[in-house]
Amino acid sequence: MKKQLSEVIYTPESLVRNPVKLVQSMFQDLMAARELAWRLAVRDISTKYRESVLGLLWAFIPPILAGIVFIFLHNKKVVDFGDVGMPYAVFAFVGTTLWQSFVESINSPLQVVNSAKPMLAKINFPREALIISAFYQSLFGLLIKSLLLGAIVIYFDINVSIISVLFIVPAILLVLLGIIIGLLLTPLGALYSDVSSSVLVFTQFLFFLTPVVYAPPTTYPYSLLASANPVSPFLNAARDILVLGTINNLTLVIIASTILLMILFAGWLIYRLAMPIIIERISA
Amino acid sequence: MSDTTLIVVENLSKKFCRSLKRSLWYGVKDLVSELSGSRTAKNELRKGEFWAVDNISFELKEGETLGLIGPNGSGKTTLLRILNGLIKPDKGKITVRGQMQALIALGAGFSPVLTGRENIYINASVLGIPKSEVDKRFDEIVEFSGIPEFINSPVRSYSSGMVVRLGFAVAAYLNPDILLVDEVLAVGDEGFQMKCLNKIGELKQEGTAIILVSHNMHTILTYSNRILLKAPDKCQLYDDVGEGVNAYKSLFLNKDHSDFEKICTGTDNVAFHTINIHSQTLRPGDAFQISLGYTSSISLEEIEIDVAIRTTHETFWHYQATNKTYDRKLAIHEGEGSLDISVMDLKPHNTSGRVSITVWQKNRTAMLFWWRIPVYFTGIPGSSGANFYDVVFDDTAHAVHSNTISNSR
Repeated sequence: MKKQLSEVIYTPESLVRNPVKLVQSMFQDLMAARELAWRLAVRDISTKYRESVLGLLWAFIPPILAGIVFIFLHNKKVVDFGDVGMPYAVFAFVGTTLWQSFVESINSPLQVVNSAKPMLAKINFPREALIISAFYQSLFGLLIKSLLLGAIVIYFDINVSIISVLFIVPAILLVLLGIIIGLLLTPLGALYSDVSSSVLVFTQFLFFLTPVVYAPPTTYPYSLLASANPVSPFLNAARDILVLGTINNLTLVIIASTILLMILFAGWLIYRLAMPIIIERISA
Repeated sequence: MSDTTLIVVENLSKKFCRSLKRSLWYGVKDLVSELSGSRTAKNELRKGEFWAVDNISFELKEGETLGLIGPNGSGKTTLLRILNGLIKPDKGKITVRGQMQALIALGAGFSPVLTGRENIYINASVLGIPKSEVDKRFDEIVEFSGIPEFINSPVRSYSSGMVVRLGFAVAAYLNPDILLVDEVLAVGDEGFQMKCLNKIGELKQEGTAIILVSHNMHTILTYSNRILLKAPDKCQLYDDVGEGVNAYKSLFLNKDHSDFEKICTGTDNVAFHTINIHSQTLRPGDAFQISLGYTSSISLEEIEIDVAIRTTHETFWHYQATNKTYDRKLAIHEGEGSLDISVMDLKPHNTSGRVSITVWQKNRTAMLFWWRIPVYFTGIPGSSGANFYDVVFDDTAHAVHSNTISNSR
């Protein structure tokens, strides 16, 4: 019996010139990448924790430390963070925890791709797997941090309803936003280490431009920090749903999510086209 | 075996840049042209670039094996990586029919901290083997790797050979239409290499088209139907496997005779003026002859002569002995004379080497003469595909000796 052989053709021409085939192959590879992505995520997570004594505690330490600093500043009235609509300690802890998840997800794609360089250089596997794996790992980080969020809510005796669980939806979108930013940075970041260095600086700066530890400003132009900053809608929505059980910026979240998905596709396309070129440059 | 052509490579070329900074910058430029859709075949080299793969064309049919040989850094792996779709060609076109599997690296994706067991699943997944399939064959894989007692230890406690064993055991369960094998098996021990080669032979029988990279000419000769010789400056396809292997070996002949060493040429009393290695075609049973003509002002009894024919880097010898080995008493007489040495029935093991001749005074109290002279043997491919070296001294070797004779005074 003669089996049907698939045919692949490699030429120097840009793949953009045949968009139908390009998009087709993208989705084919996405399907093929699922199991590998899961395996890589499990590998990286178990590798990370097998060599560690404190293990999961490391997920809690940074947001708790940051939270404590801001609660101290607030309680001593060193800085006025405005009316946050909930106990400030809860506001700060939940904010810094979510922020931490976001920052980790920005770094994740580039970290995963950089550590997979030897594999990329020698094996043809669906490249999408790396990004999905980065997403899974960030989601895992978020789930772990959700335990901390639950502990905070219980400790501060917040009256929560079942609706509060829905905070996870905007929280996942927040992580996805981080992954997309990371994905856009990956092609250049895999070539130049300047990119990951600048992410470090940039995220610290962004922390203060985002209403994480202060109430979202309402007066123009400062209100832009809450509306034009892509991080704010998701972070605030997650915090409001968790603590207050309400959402006051639903339209903004929906608009931002739509834009997010479009950028995700663009980022994916760029990443995919860039991969063979990057692989050529990162390996002898 | 059918006539289905699985790989068609047409005028394939690939550029490479040696400078890292420049290479990265070209990467950014290529990225922009790829994204804008303006990227096409490029003829011109940018500053610092050269053609690592230059205008290669070949086809490979079902069940055929192409031996890809060449010195280190000649672009063999680059070629495999383009064929595997890891990087794009700069010129030309590749058509691949059927499922391709590349063994360019074994044990890809292994995490050193995790156990062999866990890593089998990861590696399989990287190669596109689903978990259900691994579950079914897990015991077979462990069995094939030959390291069942280490399967629950972290991979970082493995030796490099063990990592390769485990990696190959996973990859061996693939059944591709096309297999690319880079020099990955060399790390394993002999028993394991044999296992691997048998697996490759099995796939070949089943009709898998194979491109095999190896520095082991025996492996190449055994499996290949054709040879692609990839040298930095040329690339040649040989339908005759023996011819291809000989062309490869001739790349390593040191044509500039820089290995010629004259460590000691005579003393105040004894001058050596004629050193002759007879250049001729020898057949098994013939003698290999060296003669040293001298002029001496004294007589020396019971001298010793060491004769060795070693490989170029002295790692192996074709022949070595002294006159004492044969209980021969030799002397240097006052006046003109010559020392004639015959090596009977020489059987060289490879194509090049150096003849080392040392002459000592009685009891090795002083050295009278010590030269190392490069010699070349021409290989004659045998009918079975293996290479047998007939003892042939080619003309270049002779020319050097006559040349050096005039300088030797």
